[in-house]
Amino acid sequence: MSDALVLAPSGDARLTSTDAPVFYDAAGTHHPQNGTLLGFWLYLMSDCLLFAALFAVYGVLGRSYAAGPSGAELFDLTLVAVSTAMLLLSSITYGFAMIAMQRKQMRAVLGWLAITGLFGLAFLGLTLYEFAHLINQGAGAQRSAFLSAFFALVGTHGLHVLFGVVWLAALMVQLRAHGLTVANRRRLMCLSMFWHFLDVVWIAVFTFVYLMGVLP
Amino acid sequence: MSMERETGHHGDSHDGHEDHSEASHGTVAGYVTGFVLSVVLTAIPFWLVMSGGVSSSGATALILTAFAVVQIVVHMVYFLHMNTKSESGWTMLALIFTLVLVVIVLAGSLWVMYHLNTRMMPMPHEMLNMP
Repeated sequence: MSDALVLAPSGDARLTSTDAPVFYDAAGTHHPQNGTLLGFWLYLMSDCLLFAALFAVYGVLGRSYAAGPSGAELFDLTLVAVSTAMLLLSSITYGFAMIAMQRKQMRAVLGWLAITGLFGLAFLGLTLYEFAHLINQGAGAQRSAFLSAFFALVGTHGLHVLFGVVWLAALMVQLRAHGLTVANRRRLMCLSMFWHFLDVVWIAVFTFVYLMGVLP
Repeated sequence: MSMERETGHHGDSHDGHEDHSEASHGTVAGYVTGFVLSVVLTAIPFWLVMSGGVSSSGATALILTAFAVVQIVVHMVYFLHMNTKSESGWTMLALIFTLVLVVIVLAGSLWVMYHLNTRMMPMPHEMLNMP
C-alpha cells in the first residue's frame, strides 16, 4: 500500500493505489475457468426453482387423497431411511473423489467415483422398487392428486439422480482416456455441485414428503 | 467491499488463482464433519417420527422443518463449499435471489390455495347430487 502511494505522488491515492485497473473484480478471484462453475451454479439455481414449483404442488395437493390411500398407509420409512443413507454416503464418497483429484491420484479418483456411482444406483433401485410396489398396490400416479404430486416430485428427483449416474459413468470414461486434465477437473467440479445439490433436494423430499406425510 | 480485502488481494491476484480454485474442494476433515453432522441431523427426525412418540403433529412438523433447514445449511457449507467470497460473491447473490423466489412460490401457493379451499369448503351435500 505504501509503495503504491510512493509511486503515485500526485492525484488521488485511493484510485492509483493499484497498478492494474480494477473493474468488477476487486477481490481478485475472477478466473476464466470459474466462468463455467458460476454458470453451472446458475443452472442449479434454476433447477432449484423447478423443484420449488413441484414442492408447491405437493404442498397444495399432498393431503388430497380422493378417498384413496394416504401417506401414512403407503410410506415405508425404513426404506426411505436406507435410501437417504445411500445418497448421503454417495455424497461423502464423491467428496473423497474430489480430494483425490486435488492430490492428483488418478486411481483413487476413479475408485471413489465408482463407489459413488454404485450408491447412486442403489438409491435408484430403491426408488424404482418403491414405485413398483405402490403401482402394484393400485396407488399409481392416477389414483389421487396426492399420488400425482408425489410421483411428479420424487420421480423428477430420481430422474436427476439417473442423469447424474450417466454423467458420472461418462466422466469415468473421459478420465480413463485423457487423465486429470484441466477440462476433466472442471467437469468433475460441476458434477460435484450437481451431486451435492441433489442430496440437498433429497433432504427436503424426505422431510416434507415422507416424514411429514406419515404424521396424523 | 472492504479496504482490507482490496489491499490484501491486489498484489497477488494472479498467483492466487490456482490456489483459489483448488482450495474450494474442501478437506477430508471438512467432508467428514459435514457427513457426521448430516447423519445426526437425519437420524433424529427419522427417530422422532418412527418411534411414534409424537404428541402434536404441528410441533413435530416445526421440529422437522428446523432440522431440514439446519441440514441444508450444513450441506451448503461443507459439501457445496458456499461462502460469500467465491466468484466474488456472485454464487451467494444467486443463491439469495433463488431463495427469495422459492419462498414467494411456496408461501404464495400455499396461502392462496389454502384460502381458496376454506372459501370453497362448505358445500351442501345436495349440491353434489345436482345434475
